[in-house]
Amino acid sequence: MYLGKVIGTVWATQKHHALVGEKLQLVQPIDTDGNLVGKPIVAVDAVGAGAGETVMYVTSSEAAVPIKVRKKLKLVPIDATLVGIVESISVYARSKTSGSEKI
Amino acid sequence: MTLGKVIGTIWATRKDEGLVGMKLQIVRPVGLDLQAKEGFLIAVDSVGAGVGEIVLIATGSSARLTEITKNKPVDAVIMAIVDKLDVAD
Repeated sequence: MYLGKVIGTVWATQKHHALVGEKLQLVQPIDTDGNLVGKPIVAVDAVGAGAGETVMYVTSSEAAVPIKVRKKLKLVPIDATLVGIVESISVYARSKTSGSEKI
Repeated sequence: MTLGKVIGTIWATRKDEGLVGMKLQIVRPVGLDLQAKEGFLIAVDSVGAGVGEIVLIATGSSARLTEITKNKPVDAVIMAIVDKLDVAD
């Protein structure tokens, strides 16, 4: 899974039928400090996240699982799905910046 | 998924039989400004996207999760045509 920040929404009426009724969110991947990491992606929102929220998303074909289960479908062509809204992040093993020992 | 823009089509008669009957579109990645960026990939079109349209691409094994690409040697599929993009920040 990865961390991201919801920065927008995508609307598409012409799409694969498995996506009907699904919200498509624009997500900017971030690291545990909130710094931007790489390019924005589009993910199906399975948890109802709002713009600006920090989220956790799953990629690859596993991303299809929440919709496959909910809609009892076999074919869901998606590779990113929001599976969690993050309240807080704690990082114990700070590496180079703050000098605590590495695990 | 990633945002892309269809810029062309590939025709190939001699190919893996799994690809017969598929529309092979050339897609460039686009930024949030919908401007085409460097690079491209070949994606199978499962929703009838035309050249110039902004689309969503699913890549990796998820690309085989459509009726026409199931069990086929495909790792990128166009599975949506974008109507509107709303960027909050």
